[in-house]
Order: sequence, then structure tokens, then C-alpha cells
Amino acid sequence: MDIHTLTLAEAGKQLKQKKITSRQLTQAVLQRLKSVEPQIQAFLSIAEKTAFTQADEADRRIAEGGDISPLTGIPIAIKDNICTADAATTCASRILENFHPPYDATVIAKLRRAGVVFIGKTNMDEFAMGSSTENSGYKITRNPWDRERIPGGSSGGSAAAVAADAAIAALGSDTGGSVRAPASYCGVVGLKPTYGRVSRYGLVAYGSSLDQIGPLTKDVKDSAIMLNALAGHDPQDSTSANVPVPDYTSACGKDIKGLRIGIPKEYFAEGIDPEVEQLVKNAIRQMESLGALPIEISLPHTEYAIPCYYICAMAEASSNLARYGGAHYGYRAKNAGNILEMYSKTRAEGFGTEVKRRIMLGTYVLSAGYYDAWYLKAIKARTLIKRDFELAWEKTDIIAAPVVPAPAFKIGEKSADPLTMYLSDIYTISLNLAGMCGISIPCGFSKKGLPVGLQLIANIFKEETLFTAAYAYEQSAGFFNRKPPL
Amino acid sequence: MSLKRISPDDVRHVALLSRLRLAEEEIPPYTDVLNSILEYFAKLNELDTSSVSPTSHSIEMRNVFREDIPQPSLPVDKAIANAPEVEDNYFRVPKIIQEM
Repeated sequence: MDIHTLTLAEAGKQLKQKKITSRQLTQAVLQRLKSVEPQIQAFLSIAEKTAFTQADEADRRIAEGGDISPLTGIPIAIKDNICTADAATTCASRILENFHPPYDATVIAKLRRAGVVFIGKTNMDEFAMGSSTENSGYKITRNPWDRERIPGGSSGGSAAAVAADAAIAALGSDTGGSVRAPASYCGVVGLKPTYGRVSRYGLVAYGSSLDQIGPLTKDVKDSAIMLNALAGHDPQDSTSANVPVPDYTSACGKDIKGLRIGIPKEYFAEGIDPEVEQLVKNAIRQMESLGALPIEISLPHTEYAIPCYYICAMAEASSNLARYGGAHYGYRAKNAGNILEMYSKTRAEGFGTEVKRRIMLGTYVLSAGYYDAWYLKAIKARTLIKRDFELAWEKTDIIAAPVVPAPAFKIGEKSADPLTMYLSDIYTISLNLAGMCGISIPCGFSKKGLPVGLQLIANIFKEETLFTAAYAYEQSAGFFNRKPPL
Repeated sequence: MSLKRISPDDVRHVALLSRLRLAEEEIPPYTDVLNSILEYFAKLNELDTSSVSPTSHSIEMRNVFREDIPQPSLPVDKAIANAPEVEDNYFRVPKIIQEM
């Protein structure tokens, strides 16, 4: 058997039973990575040497016995906007081309302590601004199921790597769907935890009130194992929640009899691809056959989610990205005569077009005379969107919806008009505005053989409900056994 | 919310505030695309938000305090390790204060 295809749970078990070593597993995964990388282009850097050092250290820990984490010796890929001490962290931007963070993000420190093997950093839309990974300053990642198509974004490299078995699991970040959407397009499981569930310390900030780190995995149980390791309060992130962390894996395997599943009618309105609609509805029927109770609900402000989200995200981005000016780290333009010229030339040469657009629009909606009309209006709309969910939780335990309106589109198809790209985020962004948790799990394939995801959404800090429902569905549907043609 | 289109001069002004140097030939395409995005964003005008309070953070949180315990800070060599230009232990940048 090819051990690079193992799930995290299976690989962890075999490591613990000493059937395989972390060195063998790391070797197999890196070999797979190298053989598929020319086709999918998922990685910005590969850490072969340090990976083997970490693998040997994990093998030593396992040989000694004692307290072994389910993640000890597991090869994992990291999105390139999560700081890894002394290893390049570029955010797929030219402005951070040679940036080596002086510290680890909290999630990296946690995984390091658990004995994870870090195999490399994955491609993404520059500063996580995009829905296709086409906005990378370095390369375009391809969908393992059809290499003419996008893997989704912005965590496209992480999703493609896991789908292609070039990593056992990966970390991404989700500001408006950037974990869930690529998971759906690539046929893997992607989790956006509740805002504050996972520390953002060391995650390069895009929209600070929306950003959340989440795992991309081969199945639901692996996602629960990863969240166990990632979740928890962090004094370094004052927005991280001081809420107890349960064992999420024990939520997998509980039955869903009587679980109320809300179906938001606005998520099945015009704009949804008929195949996606059919597959998501089939999945809901499947859950009904397991004893769940579907009910129609309404999230009436859904049509305002895109403008609301983009105004909030751009405003926060314009402030967060002000730090890149060429003074302290990153790229600096040559031959600047004065400080203003240094800032404005550095930023003009270092940022890509989409990042510049968002910085300018964010600056505009926050600027004197326009703040009330745009930014204040948007954060009031955010209250209405959040209230929609709060009312829904009075009637339902979980919400089932599509993740994206259609299967993966072709590379270049939506590049000309940024608005058409923004519209593909319609089903994922409301959660970030409201802070809710959500998961994308495979629920079938289009006629062209492209994966389609089902999105399950739960109230804040109700990840256990998500895992219970997602695991029950996954076990009865079994789509995680299908592999892309690579 | 103003539906007045933003002008090329507005784009020049916002680019300056954003510290982004745009070439003159970049101004018209940015003006067009920013206008088309803002036109779409103006959909929020359909909402009556006169009695709605704003949400800047999804999870309600009060001020977060901690004990003020001194801790070592980032060592200077690490802090300047990524700097494009350093002199002694300082970040070196072009002159900021102009002579009168």
C-alpha cells in the first residue's frame, strides 16, 4: 500500500503501532509531492531537510513511548501566510519575497510541540485576497481533478496538496471562505472554526475581525483531530476565546436522530448550478434517512452579504497592509529620494493588482466624508446578517447549504472582472461576518467529474455538532474514497 | 451613500492616501473598476439601518486585560534581520525631515 494516501488517523495509528516510521511516511509523502508538483504547483517552498530531521525526532519520541500525540510524525503542509520561524513566509506576495519571520505562529508552535513534520508552505492568493489562487505573485495552482481549472482560493495550494496526497493534512486560513471553498473545489474536508476558537497570533492579518485558521484534511475525523491540536485560548491573541476545548473526535460517531437541519431558502435561489443544487439536496435527504429533521429556514439578508463583507474586509485590509512600506522588512524599491517615495514605490512594485484595488477601496470607504456612507453602513448591515443567524438558531441545530455556486471554473475564466470573482463567495462569507463555524465536506461529483461540497454551519463554539453531522453523513456517503486522476 | 462616480482625481487622491504610486496610464482602468465595484456595493442603500447598531466584531468581547509582567522582547539582531537596510542597530530609511 502507498502510505502517502493514508488519512491522518490511519497514519497516526500505524506510527503508534510501529508498523511504519515517520521517516518512511515523510519519504513517501515527499516523493508523492515531487511527482505531482509539476502538474499541480501547490507549493511555494519545500522543507525537505528539516522535514527529515523532524521525522527522525518524531521516531525517537515514538520509540521512547510515553505521551505521543495523534500528530506526532505526521507530514503537514502550511499555508504561506502562517509564520514559521526562520523559514520563508511570503503570503504569495513579492513584497515579502525574502521574509523569514523571527517567531512561530501559535498554531505552528502547538504543532511543533506535538511533533508534526512540516513539509512545506503552500501557494495562495496574495495576502489571501482571492477565490482561485490565481492572484499569487509566484505561480498558479491547478485543480488535481482537472488541471485546466482553479483549485479555489485563497488556500488553494493547501487544498490541492491534500487532494493529491502530497500532504497528510494542511493548514489554511478562512476570511470569507478561503478554507471551505477550495475544500469543495478539490474534494477534501475544510473547516472554518468559530471566530476566536483558534489563535490568530502569527497569521499574517488580512481582515482581523474575520480571519480564522482552519485545517484541510482527507476526512472529517482528521479535521477533528487537527482542531483538537489547534484550538484554545492564547494570551498572545486577545481575540482568542477563553472557552474550554472539548475532545472533538468524540463527537464523530454520535447519531443524528432528531438533529434539526435548517435549509436556508436564499441559498438555493437563482445563481446556483443545477448539479450543485441536486447534489446538496441529495446529501440533505441522506441525512434525513439517518434520522435528521430538515426544515426550511430564511436568512433574509443574504443578498447583502457580499457588499457588506467586501467593505469590511477591504477596510480592515487597508489598515493591516499599511505596515508594508519597505522600512522594517520585506521588499524595498530602489532609488527612492524621500520617505514618501520609498513607501509608495515599494508598495506599487511589491503588491499585485487585486491587493492594490482592495487597499484603495478600503482606504476610500474609511476616508473622511465617506466613512458613514460606506463603512458604517456595512457594519450595520453586518448586525442584520448576524441577527439572521441568531434567529435561525431558535429553530434549528445546524444549517445545510452549498459551499460555492458551481464546481471549479476554468483558469482565467473570472480574472477579467473582479466582481464576478467576488460573487462566487456568496454562500461562505456570511459565517465570517457572524463568527459562526462551518465545514465543507465532499457530497458528490458533477457530470464532468468535478467534486462538489456540502456546507454545514453551526452556532459559535458548536464545532462538535458540525463534526457529529459531518461524520454521520460522510460515513454513509463514502465520497472520501475517490481520488483525483494524477 | 453617494452614488456619484469617483473621478480620476479621486483615484489619485486615494492612491496617495494608500501610499501607492500609480502611473498615469493606470488611473483610467482603476477608476473604471473601482466604480463598478462601488456601484455594486451601493446595494446596501436598500437597507434601512437607521435603528441598527454597528457590529465591528462578531463575537462580543469586552476589553481584555492582563497582568503587566515584564518579559524579554525580541532581540535586536532578530528584529533587524529582515530589514532592507540597517546601520549599526537601526533601520536605515531615506531622509524624513526636509531642511527649511
